[in-house]
Amino acid sequence: MSEPSLLNIDYGVGGVTTELRPRQLGDDLHSESMVLNMGPAHPATHGTVRIVVELSGEKIINADVEVGYLHRGFEKMCETVDYNQVFPYTDRLNYVSPIINNVGWCITVEKLLKIEVPKRCQYIRVLMSEISRICDHLTCLGASAMELGAFTVMLYMIQAREQLWELIEEVTGARLTISYCRVGGLKADLTDGFDGRVRTAFRNVREIIAKCDRLLTRNRVFMDRMCDIAVVTAEEAVDYGLTGPILRASGVNYDVRKAFPYSSYEDFTFEVPLGTKGDNYDRFIVRMLEMEQSMRIAEQALDTMPDGPISVDDPHVVLVPKDEVYNSIDGMINHFEMVIKGVQPPQGDVYVPVEGGNGELAYYTVSDGSGKPYKVHVRAPSFIHMGIMKKMLLGHTISDVVPIFGMINMIGGECDR
Amino acid sequence: MEILVYAVMLFVLFNVIMGIASINTWVERKGSALIQDRIGANRAGRYLDSDLLVLKPVLPVIRFLGILGVINTLLCDAVKALFKEDFVPQGVSKFLHALGPFMAVFPVFLAFAIIPLAPEFVLFGEVIRPQLAPLNAGVLFFLAMGSMAVYGVAIAGWAGNNKYSLLGGLRAAAQMISYELAMGLAFVAVIVCYGTLDLYEMVNRQEGVWGVVYQPITFIILFIVGMAETKRGPFDLPEAESELTAGYFTEYSGMKFLLFWLGEFAEIGLFSFLLVLLFFGGWHLPFVDLPEHAWWAALIGHAILMGKVLFFCVLQIVLRWTLPRFRFDQLMKLGWKYLLPLSMINLLVYGALKAGGWLTV
Repeated sequence: MSEPSLLNIDYGVGGVTTELRPRQLGDDLHSESMVLNMGPAHPATHGTVRIVVELSGEKIINADVEVGYLHRGFEKMCETVDYNQVFPYTDRLNYVSPIINNVGWCITVEKLLKIEVPKRCQYIRVLMSEISRICDHLTCLGASAMELGAFTVMLYMIQAREQLWELIEEVTGARLTISYCRVGGLKADLTDGFDGRVRTAFRNVREIIAKCDRLLTRNRVFMDRMCDIAVVTAEEAVDYGLTGPILRASGVNYDVRKAFPYSSYEDFTFEVPLGTKGDNYDRFIVRMLEMEQSMRIAEQALDTMPDGPISVDDPHVVLVPKDEVYNSIDGMINHFEMVIKGVQPPQGDVYVPVEGGNGELAYYTVSDGSGKPYKVHVRAPSFIHMGIMKKMLLGHTISDVVPIFGMINMIGGECDR
Repeated sequence: MEILVYAVMLFVLFNVIMGIASINTWVERKGSALIQDRIGANRAGRYLDSDLLVLKPVLPVIRFLGILGVINTLLCDAVKALFKEDFVPQGVSKFLHALGPFMAVFPVFLAFAIIPLAPEFVLFGEVIRPQLAPLNAGVLFFLAMGSMAVYGVAIAGWAGNNKYSLLGGLRAAAQMISYELAMGLAFVAVIVCYGTLDLYEMVNRQEGVWGVVYQPITFIILFIVGMAETKRGPFDLPEAESELTAGYFTEYSGMKFLLFWLGEFAEIGLFSFLLVLLFFGGWHLPFVDLPEHAWWAALIGHAILMGKVLFFCVLQIVLRWTLPRFRFDQLMKLGWKYLLPLSMINLLVYGALKAGGWLTV
C-alpha cells in the first residue's frame, strides 16, 4: 500500500454502495466533479441517512440517497408479539410524535375487531395526537432553522416543545416512548386540571411561535434561503406519493383527517393550510400554520370533551379491572385469556390511514385469527418522501442539502423501521 | 528609553488583544446563553474551596466569577485546549497543517499594531503616542494584513486532507477576497474624506462631529464587510456546521483549533476598533473635553475607546446569534452585485464632494 499523500485523492465515499465516482465534466477547463459523502454520521443528518452528492463547484449534479441505517425489523418483530405488545414498537417509528403512531395502530386493530371505542376515548386520542403533531412540527421547523444557522430559533422551539412534552408526560407517564393507547381504549384517563394546563401551555406555545415567526418568516436571509428551493409541483407530488405537509405545500388539498376522518375528526372544524409553489418556504409556512390548526382542534376537543369510559367494555379486548380479576371467576378467566392469548381479531386484512406528523401513516395488517398479527406493513411517510429527495437536490447547492432534507423531515425510526 | 516605551506599548497592546478576544469569548458563550434562554457556563470555580491563606480572601471573588462563567471561558477552555491531543490527520503535510492556524492569527495580531489605543500624553517629559506602529500608510497596512489572513484559512482548508475542509477553505478564500474589494473601496472613501492615512489623525479630525454623521454609507459597508471578513454572523459559510461539519478547521484539535477561534475573536475586536476609530470618534465623546497631554486623560480616553469597541463586539455577536446564514451564491451576489457598486458610487460621491470643496473635515 502506498503512503497516502495529498495528491493521492481517494474517492472518499467509503463502501461500494454508491455508483457515483468523480468524472470529467467535459468543459473547457477540464474540471472534474467531486463526490462528497454526507452521513450516515454527519452533524446535520438528524437520523442516520447517507447522502452522496456529486458536485460541480458547489452545485449538485448528481446525488445518491441511501436509507436503512436504522433498520430494526419492525414489521417482522410485530409478527412475534400480540397486538397490544406492538405499541412499544410503534413508539419508535416516528419518535417525535409517538402518540399518532399509537393511535394509528389501535384504530387499525379496532377495525379488524369491528369495534368502536367510546367517544371520550376518541376525543382524548384526537387531543393527544394534535399535541404530538405540534411537537413534531416544532422539532422539524426548529431543526431546519438551526440548519440555516438560526440556532436561537431552534432553542426557542424546543422550549415550546418542552412544555407540550410535560403535558404528555403528565397524562401518559413518559416523554418519548409513550405507549399510551391500548387496543379498545387508552392506558389512562386525563389528569385533573389537565384542561387548564393545556390552555396555559398553548398560550406560551403561541407566544413562542409568534416570536419565531417574527425572527424567521419575513427575514430576508431566511426567505432567500428557502424560496424557490426544491420546488415540487402538485403533479410530481402526487406521482411520488407524497402526503402530509409536503403534499399540501404543493397545493394539493389532501389531509387524511378531512378525507377519511378517523377517531371523530369529523366533529372538529379546522382548516387545511395549503401552499402554492411547493418550495421549501411553502413547506415551512404550511407547518407553521398547521400548528395553529392543531391547537384549534385540541381546544375544541377540550371544550366538547364527553364524559364516560375511556375503554370499550369487552373483556376479550381490554384487560378487566383488577378487583374483578381478584373477586370473580369470570374476571380471573378473562384476565388469564387476555394475558396468554391476547386480543384475537377475526381473519382479514385492513388498511386504515391516519394523518401522521409527516403524512399518511398506516399499518396494513393481516390477521389469521390468532393473537399475533400475521403480517404488518407500515406505510411510513418518511420512507416514501425520501424517494423524491434526489430529484429535489439536483441543481441546488450543497448548502441546500440540509434544509431540503430538514423540510422532508425524515425521521430515521419511521423511514427505516 | 524609546525601546522601553515600545516594550511597554507592545505589552499593553498584546494584553488589549488577548483581553478583547477573551471578553468576546465570554460574551459569545454567556451572551448566546442569555439570548437563547440557557444558563451557559456557570460551574468551573463556583465551588472552589481552599485552606490556603493566600487564597482565602479572594475565594468569594473567584466563586462569583465562576458563576458568571468567566473562569470557565477564560481559564478552563484554554487549559483544556492546551492539554488536548494535537491530532494531525493521516497523509497531510505537518508543516502546512501547523502553518494554517498560525497564519490565521498572525496577520490579525500584526494589524493591531496600527491601532492607537489612547490620545497622546506626556510622561516623564516625553510625548508618548500609544500606537505601536505610527505608520503613515496606516490603513493600507491594515488592508495588507487583511489579505494575508486569506492564506491561513486557505492553507488550513487544504492541509486538512478532507473534502469538507477543502470546501470550507475555498469558501473562506473566495469570501474574503470578494469582500476585500468593497472593503478597499470603502477605505478609499474614508481616506478621501479625512485626507490622511493615519488612524490617529483620523480620530483627531472627529473631535467635533463623529465620522458616521457625514459618511453613514461607508460605515454600513464597512460594518457588513467586517462581519464577512471575520467569517461570522450571517456570513459564517466557511464553517457552516450544518453542511461542512466545521469547514476549514474540521481536522484541527487542541490549541490549533483554539488559535482559529482566537484569531476570529481578535478579528471581531480589530474590526470594532476600526469602526470606532474611523466613524465613532475613537476616544472622543460629545460634550466631553479632555485636557491634552494629561496621562489621566489618556486613561479616560482609553476607557471610552474600549467601551465603544465592546459595544460593537457585542453587536456583532448578537447579530450572529439572531440571523440565519446566507448561501454561498447569495453571499457572492451581495458582495459583487450590491456592496462593490455601492462602495464605488460612495467613493465617487465623496471624491466629488471633496474635489468641489463641499466637504471639509
